[in-house]
Amino acid sequence: MLSIQNLHAGIEEKKILKGINLEIKAGEVHAIMGPNGSGKSTLASVLAGRKEYEVLEGSVTLDGKNLLELSPEERAGEGLFLAFQYPIEIPGLTTTNFIKTAVNEVRKYRGEEPLDAVAFLKMMKEKMALMEIDQRLLSRSLNEGFSGGEKKRNEIFQMAMLQPKLAILDETDSGLDIDAIRIVANGVNKLRNKDNAVLVVTHYQRLLDYIVPDFVHVLYNGRIVKSGPKELALELEERGYDFIKNELKEAV
Amino acid sequence: MINSVEYFKEKFDLLQHANKDSLLGSVHQQAFNAFRTMGIPSVKHEEWKYTRVGSLFNKEYNVVLEQKPNTISEKEINAVRLPGHEEANELFFINGIFSFGLSKILSSKQLVVISLKEAAAGEYNDVVSKNFNHSSNYLKDGVNALNAAFAQEAVFIHIKKGQITEHPVYIYNITDTRSGNTFSQPRSLIHVAENAQVQMVETYIALGHSQDFTSQVTEIIVEKDAHVEYYKIQHEGRDSSMVSTTHLRQVGKSYTHTVTVSLDGDIVRNNLNVVLDAEHCEAHLYGLYFQKGSSHIDNHTVVDNVKPNCFSNELYKGIIDGDATGVFNGKIFVQPHAQKTNAYQSNKNILLSDSATVNTKPQLEIFADDVKCSHGCTIGRLDEEGLFYLQSRGISEKTAMALLLHAFSDDILSNIKLPAIKNYVDELIEKRLEM
Repeated sequence: MLSIQNLHAGIEEKKILKGINLEIKAGEVHAIMGPNGSGKSTLASVLAGRKEYEVLEGSVTLDGKNLLELSPEERAGEGLFLAFQYPIEIPGLTTTNFIKTAVNEVRKYRGEEPLDAVAFLKMMKEKMALMEIDQRLLSRSLNEGFSGGEKKRNEIFQMAMLQPKLAILDETDSGLDIDAIRIVANGVNKLRNKDNAVLVVTHYQRLLDYIVPDFVHVLYNGRIVKSGPKELALELEERGYDFIKNELKEAV
Repeated sequence: MINSVEYFKEKFDLLQHANKDSLLGSVHQQAFNAFRTMGIPSVKHEEWKYTRVGSLFNKEYNVVLEQKPNTISEKEINAVRLPGHEEANELFFINGIFSFGLSKILSSKQLVVISLKEAAAGEYNDVVSKNFNHSSNYLKDGVNALNAAFAQEAVFIHIKKGQITEHPVYIYNITDTRSGNTFSQPRSLIHVAENAQVQMVETYIALGHSQDFTSQVTEIIVEKDAHVEYYKIQHEGRDSSMVSTTHLRQVGKSYTHTVTVSLDGDIVRNNLNVVLDAEHCEAHLYGLYFQKGSSHIDNHTVVDNVKPNCFSNELYKGIIDGDATGVFNGKIFVQPHAQKTNAYQSNKNILLSDSATVNTKPQLEIFADDVKCSHGCTIGRLDEEGLFYLQSRGISEKTAMALLLHAFSDDILSNIKLPAIKNYVDELIEKRLEM
């Protein structure tokens, strides 16, 4: 589904990603772990199309479509979703109005008719129940005054409404207590199926107790330096990132 | 051209001849003398530094000074009516002259609408003498003086004591420019008596394609326990310019709430004065300006805390696009006796283009020592992070910008408490956002 080949990217003069290769198939969950500054969030940002980042080399395709040629909104139309590490607060824009606009713009991109008010409401109710999210939250301004947990839950709710092929969760666990992590992870797990995939970007292993990955990749200094099964995450948790660094040194 | 004192002198003498000994006559005379002394403000005048009103006077105009036969058809009037007009009192100025013929009063139990002359000659003599042209204490310039000098056909509106005006008052300022450039000077004195309530909406319409210059003064006196909401909507085209003054004087413990929405026009200058001349007054001042092209909008506000224990909150927001210019000048005075004043002011601007300009100047002049005052202003671009967030959800850049700008405007628009007018302004903004 997602194919990243030899991706090099940076911001301003600084090169951050130095040759990423990654293949994700439908139905899979991949985790990208790595120490601070390794390039995790840069990877998420480059995939979603944040314009401050410059792609220097390589390719990224989603079901054969070259993502790097597309605007952020077109990528969303193609089925990419980024759950933000720090969701933006927009006073004056209600969450409901925002989601309705997003759903219908994505439908338009896919050549589908916009949902009418009744159909939209029905879908909202269904996903609200699934995500255990309160109506009151959705009638408020987007993320304004939301707690950390509410913001992240709102991200997953948007994911439920937009039904992406590939969801990237960027440090979704940061700032959350264990109960909030469980609720968010539950939401993600309910949305998983054989046709979609999830890429979890995280510093800590704890989120992976709840969203269990099929593959774990270690990102270090702009490259994936180690890949393995879910047990790799536990090993990292136990031994810290230093053991990877030491392994790399030994290899040199 | 109407840029000389001589031009107006002859006209003034002619008008003045009839009533020079009356109460109004002497105010007109003083005002005309002030106009002669001060002339038309140039950019050297501190309060007119950023707004070149001189260019507006350097043109030929039809100057309408007295009642003329109505040139506007029923159909044309209907086309400019605001939503909710079926349930509103409607007052019409045509070329600055109040039209009793067109105006419609639904709330005759609560509302008295007569000419200022009649008010001055009758039972409202005291109100008129104490308040007419009070704005000249604050606006020391020839534009304000000229309006007062020629305010022969002004209207007097009285909201009766203890009455809640159930229907809002819509005020239309129509300029008919089909027979050429037109200069008009509407004038009103509005008296909101003790414990009365009123909601007012004012708007401006030009019929025709010549230029119009409206110089307007509305003075509102707010008595004890009265409650006033005043909404001003400006969205005339690029042929229309105005200097529009609203002078609110709260003479008893009272509440005022104003929202000024400016969406277009050539040169638009708004003066909003709120004089808190009694203890425990409360005033809210909101404004939204959204200009593009070469449009120029200037909002000058004054909040004068004369008496102690008053509260005022002011928030003006601007979106400036194209080559447009925005000016915000907000003054708060706290007079020596006005202890325990709470006065807040904020001005926030978004610039959408490299050639858009904003001049913002908050000013506090505090002569008391136990007060809480704050002011702040920001000028920035549309938030890139917010834009990316919306785009990442599949929303096109254009729609995302529209949503963000509408959201930015929301804390002004949500203060329009008349639903029909709120929806109307929302729609005007939506249309504007289809940039």
